Amino acid sequence: MTFAHLPALEVVVPLIAAPLTVLIRRSTAAWAIAAAACTFSFVAALLLAADVAAHGPISYHIGSWAPPWGIEYRVDALSAFVLVLVSGMATVVVPYAWRSIAAELPRDQVYLYYTMSCLCLAGLLGMTITGDAFNLFVFMEIGSLSSYVLIALGRDRRAQYASYQYLVLGTIGATFYVIGIGILYLATGTLNIADLAQRLQQVENLRPVLAGLAFITVGVSLKLALFPLHLWLPNAYTYAPSAVTAFLAATATKVSVYVLLRFYFTVFGLHLVAERLPMKEILLVLSIIAIVSASLVALYQSDLKRLFAYSSVAQIGYITLGTSLASRDGLIAAVVHLFNHGITKGALFLLLGGVALRAGRAGLDRVRGLGRAMPLTSLGIVIAGLSLIGVPGTAGFVSKWYLVLAAIEAGSWWLAAFVVATSLIAVAYVWRFVEAAYLCEPDARTPEPGEAPLVMLLPAWLLVAACVYFGFDTSYTVEGARRAALLLLGASQ
Amino acid sequence: MSVASHFSYWVTILLMVAGLYIVIARGNLVKKLIGLSIFQTSVYLLYIAPGKLIGGTAPIVSPAFKVYSNPLPHVLILTAIVVGVATLALGLALVVRIHEEYGSIEEDEILAADSAGGDDE
Repeated sequence: MTFAHLPALEVVVPLIAAPLTVLIRRSTAAWAIAAAACTFSFVAALLLAADVAAHGPISYHIGSWAPPWGIEYRVDALSAFVLVLVSGMATVVVPYAWRSIAAELPRDQVYLYYTMSCLCLAGLLGMTITGDAFNLFVFMEIGSLSSYVLIALGRDRRAQYASYQYLVLGTIGATFYVIGIGILYLATGTLNIADLAQRLQQVENLRPVLAGLAFITVGVSLKLALFPLHLWLPNAYTYAPSAVTAFLAATATKVSVYVLLRFYFTVFGLHLVAERLPMKEILLVLSIIAIVSASLVALYQSDLKRLFAYSSVAQIGYITLGTSLASRDGLIAAVVHLFNHGITKGALFLLLGGVALRAGRAGLDRVRGLGRAMPLTSLGIVIAGLSLIGVPGTAGFVSKWYLVLAAIEAGSWWLAAFVVATSLIAVAYVWRFVEAAYLCEPDARTPEPGEAPLVMLLPAWLLVAACVYFGFDTSYTVEGARRAALLLLGASQ
Repeated sequence: MSVASHFSYWVTILLMVAGLYIVIARGNLVKKLIGLSIFQTSVYLLYIAPGKLIGGTAPIVSPAFKVYSNPLPHVLILTAIVVGVATLALGLALVVRIHEEYGSIEEDEILAADSAGGDDE
């Protein structure tokens, strides 16, 4: 009986945990509630994923109202995959936040962090699980509004302004999305995603539908920080508290990518996206510019958080590059990289949070000789950095491998060469850390020898280990992505 | 296809473009939020206006009425209004905090204060 309601509980439990933490206000109790809610979501996501793998998609009718009239929650191969990533990252970050947030926030504000992270988790999970286009907008705003607050919790005053910028751009993005949905609703009279996909086939006047497609593309691209709409991201990631950066970098943009995939392949279908509009070409060009420009900008950053924030923009470029190829291997690459980049960036930002705690901030000038002062943290950053580059034996290699395969399959050798060549820029920016940490002598600004607290180091190293593990055992990630890719391509036929 | 028959769409587009223009063109953080609100409000109209049928009543089934208006857009926009209010409230709260920290709510002065402050701490 309870299992039947798992799709609803997945979202409802973190949503209810949020006001509970406000009512209780004690930071320890708030932490315990948040930890319980995140763990519950993760276990529920794993159960749902297992159920989907065994019995096919789950359709849950909220309040027993049958779709398309009622709101449907739909778990299929793709959404189950994203649910596991998002709830898993939340569960890893919670124990880390215990020390990290206590060090970065005034005591009386700590519970607010847990309130907002539960709300943010509920929003992101809701976006992923819902089968209703307008419901998706509501969850998008729940997730976004709470992430603006999370970013504004940063100690630096620039966090306030970064959060304000993100609020303005994020709201414009969400409003564009809802305009697009409004146009589709006027054209079809439905909001259910599956129903929408069916009825769009019969629409004769395609002009408003294409306008809707354009609005949704721009809106979602703002949320996922596709070049040139990424300007909110570097400041937001740099000045947010460490735990927030790690969680948002690993999940928020990934869920937006999921929404884009869902609309392009499930709702509109390739015949609209690729044939009536040059969306594939536009995505391809923007992805290439994103990868090159953001990687080059990352090279010249002196703050490590900002460096890896720009690297995130570039890595999102690889995901959209895979999407733009719209083939089986391209989509596998996109979905696998969504997961692999999530755990890699999560690991990096968690480790950098440890550096910031010990050194004041994660600047390149603070990490000289860090290899000796904080050997485990430095080694972790290097391994995660290798995964970012895509060295064989790490998770990043698997995604790059499929991306290269997809490029060759599409007949563009230059694109395969491009993917390999741009990985070299990643080598260069990861090398800047290696050089400072291992080849420079420690100076006055290097922290005293000693690691970050164990509750911070363990979650980070768990993700580092995952980066290596998923580089060797691809049965979960690639198989999950393959099922998701076949689902998307099957739906768009 | 006269201008008059699409009156509500013209108003929607005007509000939409005007709101977005204010967000981009104004440097004052409060004015930007006003623009953002106008932009969001235009969407309310986009949804609500087509839901109304002239001569239609509330959708309560009765033999006396043949034509009903669509109630769904109202429900959707009720939700969107709540979202809009929350966004505006959060935005204004952030502006208050920015004013406390920087002593200004002009975009160029804030950026100048940050670049003058250097990279320390």
